[in-house]
Amino acid sequence: MKIRNYWNLRDWGANLWEGANRPKRVAIALGSIFLVGLLPFAGASFLATPIAAYDAVLVYPVGVFVLMALGLNIVVGKSGMLDLGYVAFFAIGAYTMALMGTHTGLNTWEIMPFGIGFAMLAGVLLGLPTLRLRGDYLAIVTLGFGEIVRLVVLNSTWSKGPNGIANIPMPPDIGPLKFKLDDQKVFFWVVVTMILLTIWMIRRLSVRRPGRAWEAIRQDEDAAELMGVPTLKYKIWSFTLGAAVGGAAGVLYASKNLFIAPEMFTLNVSILILSCVVFGGIGNIWGVVVGATILGYLPDRIRFISDARLLVFGTVLVVVMNFRPDGLLPRKKREKAIVKKEVNA
Amino acid sequence: MFAVLIDQFWSLTIAGIALGFIYVLISLGYTMVYGVLRMINFANSEIFMWGTFGTVVTSRDIFHYTQTSEPATGAKLALVLITSLLMSMLVAGLTAVFVEFVAYRRLRMKGTNRLATLISAIGISIALQEVMRLLTSSRPVGSPRVLEKIILTEVWGANIRLDTVITIIAAAIIFFLLERFIKLSRMGKAIRAVSQNEDAAKLMGVNLNRVITTTFLVGGLATGAAGFFYITVFEYTKFNIGFTMGMAAFTAAVLGGIGNIRGAFFGGLTLGLLEVYASAVLGTQWKAVTVFIVLVLVLLFKPNGLFGEAVQTTRA
Repeated sequence: MKIRNYWNLRDWGANLWEGANRPKRVAIALGSIFLVGLLPFAGASFLATPIAAYDAVLVYPVGVFVLMALGLNIVVGKSGMLDLGYVAFFAIGAYTMALMGTHTGLNTWEIMPFGIGFAMLAGVLLGLPTLRLRGDYLAIVTLGFGEIVRLVVLNSTWSKGPNGIANIPMPPDIGPLKFKLDDQKVFFWVVVTMILLTIWMIRRLSVRRPGRAWEAIRQDEDAAELMGVPTLKYKIWSFTLGAAVGGAAGVLYASKNLFIAPEMFTLNVSILILSCVVFGGIGNIWGVVVGATILGYLPDRIRFISDARLLVFGTVLVVVMNFRPDGLLPRKKREKAIVKKEVNA
Repeated sequence: MFAVLIDQFWSLTIAGIALGFIYVLISLGYTMVYGVLRMINFANSEIFMWGTFGTVVTSRDIFHYTQTSEPATGAKLALVLITSLLMSMLVAGLTAVFVEFVAYRRLRMKGTNRLATLISAIGISIALQEVMRLLTSSRPVGSPRVLEKIILTEVWGANIRLDTVITIIAAAIIFFLLERFIKLSRMGKAIRAVSQNEDAAKLMGVNLNRVITTTFLVGGLATGAAGFFYITVFEYTKFNIGFTMGMAAFTAAVLGGIGNIRGAFFGGLTLGLLEVYASAVLGTQWKAVTVFIVLVLVLLFKPNGLFGEAVQTTRA
């Protein structure tokens, strides 16, 4: 059998991690976090983006995309439900921040729990009736939900309709770290912190009961139900946790952008985030992070072909999906591991 | 609130039927591909958009009509309209085959996960839309008025315009022909066989690749015809019109029971009427919301559509 080690970044990474003892692991983790934290200072290198400010690009789209892709990955990757309306939760978070930020005196960190709460509530309300549907049908219902949220916001007066909401307050300073418009390093570090928290949450959940339930549901929902897994309950949990991450991303985005309008929450965002997940490697956290980084970053990096960048983007999606249908860093194939064990025994 | 609806009931009804027939033809593109592949053809909205440009290019660049020129009459009118229709169908049909070839074929042969195929289709649909955006410099394109919108007669206070009459009659004929093609021809039989059971059809000697390409082609032809009628009625197109029309047509397909050709007919008409009535009662800005709410309700309470087979149980 042909062993293809030369392109297998995933196994290389997994072996490195598994071969390391605890102090080494801590060192690897801290080292990588430190390197990622230094990213905003690399603006002068080949990484620079020609038109948009480099440190702003790192926050949005890159950072926010990674965060949202991780959230969507809980729904699509872990429990196998196709959600095309993920932008709705992002929008709910963003509008919570915008409305509460301009009408009450609360700051970003105080509004964050509300944004997450409302997004989760929306997740439960949508999930309870719809999660009985499967596959493409669920995809279409969620797509419809995403559009309904956008259209309601667009056509209502409390949201100032198409004009959007301006003058959203920035987050208050954290000690010596100041949030500034022209220097978004602090925003980036906040996003990275949120991403790390999300990754930690997903990793904890994955190895425990919910993670096993999601895995069972993803592989065969009927079998899972027969084995006594309360599938609806865990599906709603997965949906709601995904919504929470989306809502958090929305709060942060509104607070960073200072202005939001309905046109920022179109179906395209849902599709982009889903593309990040599938492109990077559905179900695999690191694949999703890589995919979202590339897809968030690529359009801004190739701005020199400015007008055609979305065309290139679409073409890249088609080509990559055709040649690596499991994504750039696919999830570990359990079967592969089992076969290996049997051969060794 | 309901005054407008009651006041203009019959003219709204006629507009709704014309719109409904456009939806019927687009939803054929969705429903046929779904029947064979069990997958939503995400690029169908862009196939429709390309189809509308077929008509615009024909009347503007082949017959040299402009915004200010006199509308055509008599035999010339028939010639221009038929050429435009065929052109739209051709453009959309070829686009559909192209989509199948580029985005679906390789992944289908590999038999990989459905999500990869979905993303691949989304990719091609972004690319198609972007190509058109670059070609038209993001501007809306008005179509020259070839067909004068003569008021033929008045029924119950509603004006019957020539363009709506042509749309309704011609679309009905095209639908009928396609339906007969699926029912009676050898290829149509093969398409139905594949949608019932792919493996069994293959064992019976059906050439799967040819069937799938033909399905995309026929779906594309129907969608392209819808593009022609859209231009005839609305006389305007843009690179991004595909999404709204595509979503509505997809809703129509689901409403009638996706995978079911007659279902698409009733679904399309129902949705066209519903949309027009809803705009009259609630205002046009809530039109799209109505469409989505209908979609969600149908999926919740009648997931197989009004005429559909039990999709959830037939899927392996």
